[in-house]
Amino acid sequence: MENHLLSIVTFLPVFGAVIIALIPKEKLDIIRWGAAAITGLQLILAIWILYIFDFSTAEVQLQEHYAWIPAFNIEYFMGIDGLSAPMILLTALLSFLAIFTSWNIDKAQKGYFALFLLLDAGMMGVFSSLDFFLFYIFWEVMLLPMYFLIGIWGGPQREYAAIKFFLYTLFGSVLLLLGMLALYFISEPHTFNMLILAEHSSQFGGALLLGMNAGKVIFILLFIGFAIKVPIFPFHTWLPLAHVEAPTAISVILAGVLLKMGTYGFLRISFPVLKDATLWFALPLAILGLINIIYGAMAALAQRDLKKMVAYSSVSHMGFVLLGMAALTPAGMNGAVFQMFNHGTISAMLFMLVGVIYDRAHHRDIEGFGGIAKVVPIYAGVTAMAFFAGLGLPGFSGFISEALCFIGAFPVFTWITIFATIGIVLNAGYFLWAYQRIFMGELNSKYEKLEEINNRELFALIPLAIITFFLGVYPTPMLNLMSSTLNHLVEAVKTAGMVAGL
Amino acid sequence: MIKLALFILFLPLFSFVFQIFSFRRFEEKKGEWVSVGIQFVTLILSLVMLGMMLSKSDPNFSLEVTQSWLDLGLFKIDLGVYIDNITVIMLVVVALISSLVHLYSTAYMAGDVRFSRYFGFLGIFTFSMNGIVLSNSLFMIYMFWELVGLSSYLLIGHWWEKDSAANASKKAFITNRVGDIGMFTGMLIIATVLGTFNFQLIGERIHDGMWAANAGMLFGGIEPHKLLTFAGVLVFMGAVGKSAQFPLHVWLPDAMEGPTPVSALIHAATMVAAGVYLVVRIFPFLTADAMATIAFIGGLTAIYAATIAITQNDIKKVLAYSTVSQLGYMIMALGTGAYVAGFFHLVTHAMFKGALFLASGSVIHAMHHSLHHLKDHETDPQDMRNMGGLRTKMPITFAVFMVTTAAISGIPLFSGFLSKDAILAGTWNYAANVHDGWLAHLHLAWILPVFGFGAAAITAFYMFRLIFMTFYGEPKQPQIFKHMKESPKVMTIPLIVLAILSLFFVFTLPSVNPISDHGWFTTVIQSPESAVTTGPAFDLEHFEHGMHEAHIPAMVTSLLVAGLGILFSVLIYLLNKISAEKLAVKLGALYRGSFNKWYMDEFYINGIIRPFLKGCDAIGRFDLDFYDHYLINGWGRNTKRTSRGVGMADDLIVDGAVNFAGIIFQWLGWTLKFIQTGKIQNYLIFVLIGAALLYVVNVF
Repeated sequence: MENHLLSIVTFLPVFGAVIIALIPKEKLDIIRWGAAAITGLQLILAIWILYIFDFSTAEVQLQEHYAWIPAFNIEYFMGIDGLSAPMILLTALLSFLAIFTSWNIDKAQKGYFALFLLLDAGMMGVFSSLDFFLFYIFWEVMLLPMYFLIGIWGGPQREYAAIKFFLYTLFGSVLLLLGMLALYFISEPHTFNMLILAEHSSQFGGALLLGMNAGKVIFILLFIGFAIKVPIFPFHTWLPLAHVEAPTAISVILAGVLLKMGTYGFLRISFPVLKDATLWFALPLAILGLINIIYGAMAALAQRDLKKMVAYSSVSHMGFVLLGMAALTPAGMNGAVFQMFNHGTISAMLFMLVGVIYDRAHHRDIEGFGGIAKVVPIYAGVTAMAFFAGLGLPGFSGFISEALCFIGAFPVFTWITIFATIGIVLNAGYFLWAYQRIFMGELNSKYEKLEEINNRELFALIPLAIITFFLGVYPTPMLNLMSSTLNHLVEAVKTAGMVAGL
Repeated sequence: MIKLALFILFLPLFSFVFQIFSFRRFEEKKGEWVSVGIQFVTLILSLVMLGMMLSKSDPNFSLEVTQSWLDLGLFKIDLGVYIDNITVIMLVVVALISSLVHLYSTAYMAGDVRFSRYFGFLGIFTFSMNGIVLSNSLFMIYMFWELVGLSSYLLIGHWWEKDSAANASKKAFITNRVGDIGMFTGMLIIATVLGTFNFQLIGERIHDGMWAANAGMLFGGIEPHKLLTFAGVLVFMGAVGKSAQFPLHVWLPDAMEGPTPVSALIHAATMVAAGVYLVVRIFPFLTADAMATIAFIGGLTAIYAATIAITQNDIKKVLAYSTVSQLGYMIMALGTGAYVAGFFHLVTHAMFKGALFLASGSVIHAMHHSLHHLKDHETDPQDMRNMGGLRTKMPITFAVFMVTTAAISGIPLFSGFLSKDAILAGTWNYAANVHDGWLAHLHLAWILPVFGFGAAAITAFYMFRLIFMTFYGEPKQPQIFKHMKESPKVMTIPLIVLAILSLFFVFTLPSVNPISDHGWFTTVIQSPESAVTTGPAFDLEHFEHGMHEAHIPAMVTSLLVAGLGILFSVLIYLLNKISAEKLAVKLGALYRGSFNKWYMDEFYINGIIRPFLKGCDAIGRFDLDFYDHYLINGWGRNTKRTSRGVGMADDLIVDGAVNFAGIIFQWLGWTLKFIQTGKIQNYLIFVLIGAALLYVVNVF
């Protein structure tokens, strides 16, 4: 069936950005509601896409395939499968909810919402495109609005954070570009089409690049490019800063969607295209996952800034994704992608909640509160729920994805998995400790008149809470969506390994 | 029966939803009877199940339904309900204690700031506890395991304004999680080797040799029997956390910060017994070495906690350490193979310890009211040194205390005598007849009866100490004493019910022999056969015989040591023949060690937690102040520096050269402009000079 749903869902926000640019900046309500309407429509379309998506097969669906720059064999090629489907839903959902988190942006709202919509389009494009060149364009397109959103609407150190984020990511982009070009020139015929590249995966293992195995060299180039986004230790230090300085909605998008692009890149490009190199790099990837889990959790324990703590918890939680995918088992792979989705919803909740308290108290020092559950019981209750979801309590989706990552990784990386389980305790440690210091104990007299969470804030949080809870009790819909594609991917990489005698 | 079980499972969840999401303020005292009603309905349903089970009286009765839950095609997890006699008895115990505690709480918690929150969380606790009991797989148990941990956390922290309560709740959750890592890893081993989490399938597959065949794929070809030992001990770690076994017991005494009915329900009768229940479920897969480990940990916990209970003055702390000690008994029993005895003690203990906690709650409640009346906010209502002589003021509470203390101390005619006696016979048998497992190999098996009988003596001693300090003697605070009164009926009725259930015949009917546990209980609960085929494990055949032989000598000894304990207690605390203070001074370090819980908390805080947090701090600082600051930003700075250098070089050399050329030409132009005088004569001279030069160049 020929249709343009993916293009529509991707370019709808661009259209929205143009419209917002045409609205006079005094019409604040129209701008806000316009942005909400555009992202709301996008969300409906995304749900529609999932509705017509056939999850029983690993085939790429809703393909749109046009020649774009024929001289270089560059195509406009879009499509989704079980890997991108959850990410498209996540992007649409978080973009829509983050609009409501952006409601009290207090300057240059017009520019903010226009840039936000451009960012949205970039993210959607990354998850929809199947041509590496197109993918790269979207990847870069996203960077610029992000730079301005942090740099203009961020906290006190926003300019430093923005430039740091920009340079860090740009550095990764350069390596990504090199890797992409290497793939293009080695593949015969030259192509950026990811599906064809994946079919010709054996070409890269055989070729040489700079006198080394081309597959491995390209894998490392792409790895660094993607690792910066995840972020994988030691490429993670942009994250605490960018998160802390970014406005709440942008932190939500950063943690909820942007980080997933790194791991998505691995699974979309590195794994299927460079199968031999993937097997070669699986163990280091698992070790890096372990480091992320433990290092991130320990750093989170040390933080006094609540937002920094949540930021480091992201480092820890993304470690589970790495561990799960490195195992190359069905349970691990499905767990990894499920964890990507769950971390998206849970960390979005966490950042929104941090934003709520920051808007009221104008600081985020964990030690600077105390006993506030007494004055803001609903906020305390919702936060408790989000914290427990974050520490992987059964009944919330994060538990299932983490457990699947462990189950999948255990037969392959037994000792690494055993050490990684320590993360289960540490996660509980920083969340509960922070909760105690903020909400329990004697009420800090400064906050006797703290304002309770309002309906708009709850409106953004409750859908996420419901999804987290629903998928925690009944994960099947989401796992069905992804399992055909992911099992196929595991199979393909494993078979390549067997052929190569690994 | 499955339907009944599902009703019992989910009804308490409605209670939770009703209390938490009905948009009332938490302090409103409304709707608690909905929760109480729901609990009593589950009690009736579970009693119906008990009736059905007893009418069958089939020790091998079991039922299972499974439902696919998570299916990845190549990997799946099922959820399901498994019911056998043990399940039914556990359901009755949970429903009974839970409904009595609900009823009791309507009075005990009256006027509390978070009244409906309290009932809501009792509901979610009961739901998750029933979930543990009904689970047919390790994975499902693990999920509910964490959820009871959550409800425990929420209820310990019920009065979170107090730092001590907030700390205790966090400590409980995290300590439990430490044990859970082990349990989870054990589960991973089992699932990897056998491809299932289901208890029945695990047993079958181990029995059919799948373990021996597949175990080698882990840890570089480990020996299967050794791996099975590891798996068993690791899963048992979950029980070490939840059932507060040494060295993870430290959370339970602190958990007494929660409301006393919660202590009775969660931290004495049911949740802490979940660990014991877990060991019951994995019992068929335990190797001889794993069982030895379990027995040793249990025995050590039994005596260790008992030695602490002796010196505590807080009435709830005494009971808390006593709970730790009794849980140790149950665990030790299972480790020695005394399966029936271990589970029996779980059930009898649930009744008498539940009663003891509720009775202590009754005392504390009365103390509270008296102190409230006196507007005294300083005196500790839980400190036994402020009590004394209460038997006249609170006769029902006192009677219940007497009955249940007799039960826990192992005095004939009471339930505890039967179950404890069976456990002690088990240790006796273990020391005499068992040759497998590391305890026997190291010739240390005798240590189990020493632990067991020692703990029995100490238990009798400290329990009577508690009775004498609280209910006998002169009132230590006459003012407080004057305003004490018996608790209301909704509180005393649960006490009386549980006290009656602490009598021996409840568990031996239709037989009424006070010194034999033979009856309905031992008919429906029988030891399962070991599924272990890879090496030495529990040997049922020799066990029965040995138990029979050990029965009488163990009973006589246990009566002797209990009598001795009571005698000392009478001498010191009732007749004051021996001064407790002087004894404490004389014992010196021993007394201080016991009083300070053998410094375990200090060890954890100073030895592990503080250094670890320092490490975290170091990592946090390393990450941002060193790694990011010097290395990452260093890149940036170096790039900037290099750029500046390049810029300067550009300015000086490249641009300088260009400018230099410019300057030269400027100068040239400047100098040359003087040539341009505008006088024709000068130009002619230049032309001449030039022509002459050209001529010279041409000629030479």
